[in-house]
Amino acid sequence: MDMLLQIVFSGIALGMIYAVIAFGYQLTFATSGTINFGQGEALAVGALIGLTVVNHIGSYWLMLPIALLAGAIYGVGVERLGVRPALKIKSEGWIMATIALGIIMKNLAENIWGRDDLKFPSPVSEAPLHFLGANVLPMELIVIGGALALMLAVELFNRKSIYGKAIVATAADRDAAGLMGINTGQVITFSYALSCATAAFAGVLIAPLTLTGASMGSVLGLKAFAVAIIGGLSSGLGIIVGGLILGLSETFTGFYLSTGYKDVPGLVLLLLVLVIKPAGLFGKTAIKKV
Amino acid sequence: MLKLKLQISAVALALGLSCGVQAGEPIRIGLPGPFTGGSSPMGISMRDGIRLATQEINAAGGVLGSQIQLIERDDEAKNERGAQVAQELINKEKVVAALGIANTGVALASQRFYQEAKIPMITAVATGTAVTKQFLPPQHPDSYIFRVAANDSIQAALIVEEAIERRKYKKVAILADSTNYGQLGREDLENALQKRGITPVAVEKFNVKDVDMTPQLLKAKSAGAEAVLTYAIGPELAQIANGMAKLGWKVPMIGSWTLSMSNFIDNAGPNGEGARMPQAFIQEPTTAKRKAFIEAYQKTYKVERIPSPASAAQGYDAMYLLAAAIKQAGTTDGPKVREALESLKEVIVGVIQNYDKPYSKLVHEAVHDTKPLVIGEVRGGHVVYAYESDKTKNGK
Repeated sequence: MDMLLQIVFSGIALGMIYAVIAFGYQLTFATSGTINFGQGEALAVGALIGLTVVNHIGSYWLMLPIALLAGAIYGVGVERLGVRPALKIKSEGWIMATIALGIIMKNLAENIWGRDDLKFPSPVSEAPLHFLGANVLPMELIVIGGALALMLAVELFNRKSIYGKAIVATAADRDAAGLMGINTGQVITFSYALSCATAAFAGVLIAPLTLTGASMGSVLGLKAFAVAIIGGLSSGLGIIVGGLILGLSETFTGFYLSTGYKDVPGLVLLLLVLVIKPAGLFGKTAIKKV
Repeated sequence: MLKLKLQISAVALALGLSCGVQAGEPIRIGLPGPFTGGSSPMGISMRDGIRLATQEINAAGGVLGSQIQLIERDDEAKNERGAQVAQELINKEKVVAALGIANTGVALASQRFYQEAKIPMITAVATGTAVTKQFLPPQHPDSYIFRVAANDSIQAALIVEEAIERRKYKKVAILADSTNYGQLGREDLENALQKRGITPVAVEKFNVKDVDMTPQLLKAKSAGAEAVLTYAIGPELAQIANGMAKLGWKVPMIGSWTLSMSNFIDNAGPNGEGARMPQAFIQEPTTAKRKAFIEAYQKTYKVERIPSPASAAQGYDAMYLLAAAIKQAGTTDGPKVREALESLKEVIVGVIQNYDKPYSKLVHEAVHDTKPLVIGEVRGGHVVYAYESDKTKNGK
């Protein structure tokens, strides 16, 4: 078996997991300049709801729309309770509010589903595929494909539909968009719904690979945030590249240097990016008018 | 929901019992442990074992004419939470002794409070070698920390014996998590290997909640490991087993007793088959005491498989040791109970072994060598004896 290729494959799969979560951060940042710091919890709740639904109806694929819908409702809740009040008075209170909502949801999830890690049934075979001398799990391919498909779908929606154009307009200039008759409040709510739906989708995608539990999102949410910062909060390409950088650096460092240091290079890169190019590798530098 | 109902019924039962035979004030005993999270199979089984022993003791009239009352607290397997819980039990709940703790880190972070308050603490599950060494004489006048579990240096010796001597592997890799438990265990494993002149071909580390074990496993694989020795807890052990299946690399997993945890067995599924680990107790009725214990546990908690059988048995035995010490001391005064534990006259017939003077002033371990331990193997979702001959050796 080809070691190098195996490391690359694992790094890509890991990176795409990070990227799809980071994508959720990007969606809300574009329209409102705010971020749901409870994204990891949204992911866990999505995965747990998905698990319950799968156990009831028995089909992974039929569960996906339900998980997406649950995520969207969750997102609307976060926006209404945590973000809108803060935006109204132009405060930074949304930071604490979204963190608080995340903690509340985590505790709620722990009380409903317990704190144990549960196994999520894999919709596809768990036997690895042999590919160019390395092994890949079918589910890993689904994660990569699903993440790309989701991002592509959102991108198409933004470019082609009238609602998408409203989002792009709000992202470009919220005040001007408002003056043009776009209900920017609704656009922001929608972006939160979309963001948390993405998180829920990410949750049910990766749950068969990891284990499912209320705390599954805490580490992932943090790593994804690092990806969003490295790649840039305003660039779709950026988070894919950022995710791949972090995923590959983890697996490569783990193999060639030491597994004890595997998180270090990615986080050093994060610090470097913050110093040298704070908008991220692919981000557009925002000019803040004072 | 079920858990809640169980808790309520257990509390109701305890209340009912303590109201029934009322002699003096109840004897309050602290029970800290991880009842939630990745360590919960150990914590819950331990708690249920202790509850079972408590019910039996109370039904037989209690100790010194008083009923035993358990004050249970969830330490969530977190070191800082363990320290909080210990202080709460000592200062607010005024416990006279404590039993429990399943995590080495929690033990090391919290037991100094029991030591300072001169309250005996019997660690039922945590296995770190350092746990009972922390306050031993001559550095300290007296240690209040006792243990019934087999410590890591004993377990490591047995793991190495199984891998090197019995199964003749020359090249082994060590995979351990980054917690106190994993890293102290890794040291014990390395020492045990060194005694046999063997250096592991790879020593790898991972964090709790890591989702990808590929780099660690690839390193072990490319170093030519013939077996993987593990020191971690259930969910991550399952990730290792599943990761090996993904790489199409199947070598035996031999590791600390946590490979018997239900969250390893369930999450690894077929990939976990054949994993071997040292066990103080296997859920098989090889002695009369064990048969009675298993049946009582199954009947009381309505389960077929005990989530962590050794934890349950160790908790159960710890309660009987403590009760015997309080009886011998004739009081619940901490220093007197400690002295009684160090010079127990009564021979306690336990589930794991028969305790004949288990402790002395300098020895606070109930398991002194590998004798009471056997090797267990995961087979068909259960932990069974790996060697038929162990069945008779066990629980003499």
